[in-house]
Amino acid sequence: MSLIPNFRLFPTITIGLLIVPVLAGLVWTALPAFGHLPAAGFNGPNLQIFTDLLGWSGFWPSVKLTITTGVLATLLSTLIAMLILSAGAQSGGFQALRRFLSPLLSVPHAAAAFGLAFLIGPSGWIVRLFSPWATGWDRPPDVAIIQDPLGLAMVLGLVIKETPFLFLMGLAALGQTDADRSMAVARALGYGETSGWFKVVFPQVYRQIRLPILAVLAYSLSVVDVALILGPNTPPTLSVLILRWAGDPALDGRLMAAAAAMVQFLIVVLAIGFWRLVEVVGGLLLSRSFAAGRRQPRGRWVSDIGLSVGAILTALVLFGLLILGVWSVAGFWGFPNILPDQTSLKTWARLGPAIVETFADTAVLAAITVGLALVLVVGCLQAEVGQNRRPGAGAMVFLYLPLLVPQTAFLLGLQTMMIQLGFHSGLLPVIIAHLVFVVPYVFVSLSDPFRAWDPRLGVIGAALGHGPVAVLLRLRLPMLLRPILTAAAVGFAVSVGQYLPTLLIGGGRIATLTTEAVALSGGGDRKAIAVWALMQTLAALLPFLAAIVVPAWVWRHRKGV
Amino acid sequence: MFKKLMLATAMVLPGNVFADPNPADWDAVLSEAQGQTVYWNAWGGSTTTNDFIAWIGEQAATQGVTLEHVKLTDTADAVTRVLSEKQAGQDADGAIDMIWINGANFAAMKDAGLLFGPFAEQLPNWAYVDKEGKTVQTDFTVPVEGYESPWAMAQVVFMHDTADLPERLGSMQELLDWSVAHPGRFTYPQPPDFLGTTFLKQALVDIIADTSVLQAPATDENYDAVTAPLWDYLDQLTPTLWRQGKVYPATGPAQLQLIADNEVDLAISFSPGEATAAIANEQLPDTVRTFVLEKGTIGNASFVAIPYNSGSKAGAMVVANILLSPQAQVRAQDPNILGYGTVLDMAKLSASDRAAFDALELGIATLSPAELGSVQAEPHPSWMTRIAADWASRYGVAQ
Amino acid sequence: MGLVLDQVEIRHGNTVIVAVDQKIAPGEVLTVMGPSGAGKSTLLNYVIGRLSNDFSASGAVVLDGIDITRLSTEQRRIGILFQDDLLFPHMSVAQNLSFGLRPEGGRADRSKKIESALAEIGLVGFGDRDPTTLSGGQKVRVAMMRMLLSEPRALLLDEPFSKLDMALRDQMRALVFGMARQRSLPVLMVSHDMADAVAAGGQILNLRG
Repeated sequence: MSLIPNFRLFPTITIGLLIVPVLAGLVWTALPAFGHLPAAGFNGPNLQIFTDLLGWSGFWPSVKLTITTGVLATLLSTLIAMLILSAGAQSGGFQALRRFLSPLLSVPHAAAAFGLAFLIGPSGWIVRLFSPWATGWDRPPDVAIIQDPLGLAMVLGLVIKETPFLFLMGLAALGQTDADRSMAVARALGYGETSGWFKVVFPQVYRQIRLPILAVLAYSLSVVDVALILGPNTPPTLSVLILRWAGDPALDGRLMAAAAAMVQFLIVVLAIGFWRLVEVVGGLLLSRSFAAGRRQPRGRWVSDIGLSVGAILTALVLFGLLILGVWSVAGFWGFPNILPDQTSLKTWARLGPAIVETFADTAVLAAITVGLALVLVVGCLQAEVGQNRRPGAGAMVFLYLPLLVPQTAFLLGLQTMMIQLGFHSGLLPVIIAHLVFVVPYVFVSLSDPFRAWDPRLGVIGAALGHGPVAVLLRLRLPMLLRPILTAAAVGFAVSVGQYLPTLLIGGGRIATLTTEAVALSGGGDRKAIAVWALMQTLAALLPFLAAIVVPAWVWRHRKGV
Repeated sequence: MFKKLMLATAMVLPGNVFADPNPADWDAVLSEAQGQTVYWNAWGGSTTTNDFIAWIGEQAATQGVTLEHVKLTDTADAVTRVLSEKQAGQDADGAIDMIWINGANFAAMKDAGLLFGPFAEQLPNWAYVDKEGKTVQTDFTVPVEGYESPWAMAQVVFMHDTADLPERLGSMQELLDWSVAHPGRFTYPQPPDFLGTTFLKQALVDIIADTSVLQAPATDENYDAVTAPLWDYLDQLTPTLWRQGKVYPATGPAQLQLIADNEVDLAISFSPGEATAAIANEQLPDTVRTFVLEKGTIGNASFVAIPYNSGSKAGAMVVANILLSPQAQVRAQDPNILGYGTVLDMAKLSASDRAAFDALELGIATLSPAELGSVQAEPHPSWMTRIAADWASRYGVAQ
Repeated sequence: MGLVLDQVEIRHGNTVIVAVDQKIAPGEVLTVMGPSGAGKSTLLNYVIGRLSNDFSASGAVVLDGIDITRLSTEQRRIGILFQDDLLFPHMSVAQNLSFGLRPEGGRADRSKKIESALAEIGLVGFGDRDPTTLSGGQKVRVAMMRMLLSEPRALLLDEPFSKLDMALRDQMRALVFGMARQRSLPVLMVSHDMADAVAAGGQILNLRG
């Protein structure tokens, strides 16, 4: 009895942990944006900064670039993911893709972007494959494929990671709808597979994946590492500009950075509002098509396109990783050779000690963060059980808040605030910063399996005389070992892949595999980049392997778990 | 573990309990440095440099100091960090103990009172430094006054792939003519990257007749007139650049990959030994050589500075002193390791140290000191700031 | 003594779903029957202490003279058997039993009790077995024994035989009701099957929907 109030604390603490840093960070970023930066001698309020910002010649092109790449990436990922889902579970292609798409999720954004760059660039592997025998090129074509002014390479880099994410969220949502029976009804009424799916199943699915889609939208509009690796530079997207200004030795650059961060925040808010509008319009169109009743029985080919595109995206990531592997053992590798002129393990040997140390640091940081996140999430979910109540839609928005507010907008302010509070740069502030992003993903990953646990087992456990804590620790959690480890693996991958939080909040003292890899992105050492990117991927993948192997071993004599 | 305890204790106690170490009392500095960890924020975009810094760390360990290399993409990030800490009132044990710095960044920090010092001229190894022959007492015309300690000399050279561009170009005008005849085979790092702005400065210095005006700050009256020839030059050059000037490599080392990929044949570098080091590191083909312009090229020194709120000032001074040691300077000049120029005066060294320098093989792509010719002075930082901003609006937003 | 449902009324909003005023003597079985949605499961939830927040209830539940209406499930000393055996799949048969065994005695003592429990249901040597390797009837016996080892003072049965095949049902009915009688436990059983009520031989309560 006395432990039950303790569980009620968990949701409060968790929501506080998610909201307070975001809101505080926003405030502390807004202050310099309006001219208030006492340490540099500026005392606000002062609107001149916004005037300067809006008047800078590169501002509107950068905003346009940010919006177009962000929205396009989101639209494409959503469309492709939905098309793949509409192919239906019966399709063989669907099953194959599904097997590949889950591990793809754990490949960090930076590694996927690097792999893509080394693959599709003018001096990339695909061009080399066809040169000079098919193309007649003995030097790379002078074409901006990577860092193209329209940002298409960047959009591709975002899509290859976001499509698997939305696909898997959609798959989970499907599990909660009556998809099979709805489809059976639709087909009996004469609707084609694709047409039927989009009219009948998609509306049910969409409700569940709306928040993840918005998170993808916010991320695409504010991403930094993919923009640095694949995005254009004349001008770059807003996020890159913000980072650049924040580091300007002329200290009033800091004010411009804050102002631009406020603009980016506004862009995300407007984009989310615009998306709401699109939803309404889409809903109207859908209703119209219901009324029209067109069957499109041969529309299956549309889903097949989705499958093909999904397969291409998967291939891009996998081949990208492969090319990274080849670069990591390359000696000198001139164009247009398909394989390196010499291979050697020199790069691995040279970077070995640094990698081992950074790997350990990254792993420890991730492990502590994920451990804390699991405690919080399990506590929250258990509090639900105790109160017999599910969190409402409002609580879910709080959960997604750190994913909906652009990182640049609140991390800058958070950095200043943490120093002010005396959080000396070190592991603890970075852990908190990582927690803010890891908790939502761990929650989303664990909540369905946790809630799906047969409650009658809990009733029996209690009837046998055991209190809620014993039931949780001895019955529910052991039976949920695989979902818990999977959620932990997701959280681990999220922590490993974080760039801005580690960089800004850590004061540069915390080096992770991601910060090291992205720091090299401006330099020309492809071999070193390949080694770091591969290690980054390994760090994110290993926990997923563990999530498969460990439960299988622990419960090797228990087939029912 | 012990170091973390020290750090924790330092956090708990008020900042002024530990007074700043006095560089003149070197024994006291050495003993205070024992067990300290120095976070040296230095550009991390070059693997050869990172390796050198790791070696410095090994030397520091023998004197009881742990050196951590914090890899930056941009030195200004470190400036921002110290500024944030000052704004937040964190005057003791900041995150940064030492910064690889020069030029505008140094000027900004010195003016804002963010640096500890003076200390450089009290370091024991300062006795070896070539104060007269090398620009180590002014940094881009700003007086150093001991607030930063030098450790490497840089001079602009041009790297060219002799397989496609065998001739040495003697002037910026020749470079322009060549680029017009062979479009898409030259580029430079995007300003405000320091090497990119150096290219702009080098072009300006080479084109205009009277360079003395650049030694004084830029004024609203003379800026447009002085820089007009530069913009004319760039207007002609930019369309002939790699990617038609719509994409630029982010940093200097990125150009190495472009040469290796056979995308460009010519690139600017700030280190006479960089090409040799890159060839040894299998980053460049062995047909690459270097040249300087007939009128000479720009040179400057790299320094290390200590923020006012560092918690390991003694340790940082020990590291700065190691950087000035003949052993470290020889190693840095070795083209197989780093290929940077030295700040030391050969005449002030012992015979054995001098012999070590003489014995160095400069490498196939490195010009001898005689061939490097005359060093042109860096313009006043205000020119670079304005030119970089101007460049960004003229060419940096090309669509 | 026995299980008393004293003027129990369970409401959903303003509608009364269930109204029961019954006494069940030790060793006797009360069978609750009625159409789907009549409130049989709701009544069981109420007695075991798991009534959903959507409902409100008045009245009292008294067990062996003690008013247990405000106690939490784990304090009520009431055992429950569901349609599915619900053996904990991550535990062996012996561990399942041990989880139910009251928390007294040293390890050797408990081990002995579990051995004799297994013997009582005819499953000697099955201690280390994975529950999935047991037959349907064996699983029900283990589930029942697990419940009895916790020394409950009353039993709730939620259609416990409906998933067994016909031949097994008679056997299980005899076993469960026999053990309840032997231990003088009042039993509240919910069932669709008239044969269960007949075998129970006790009162029948019909809940109208």
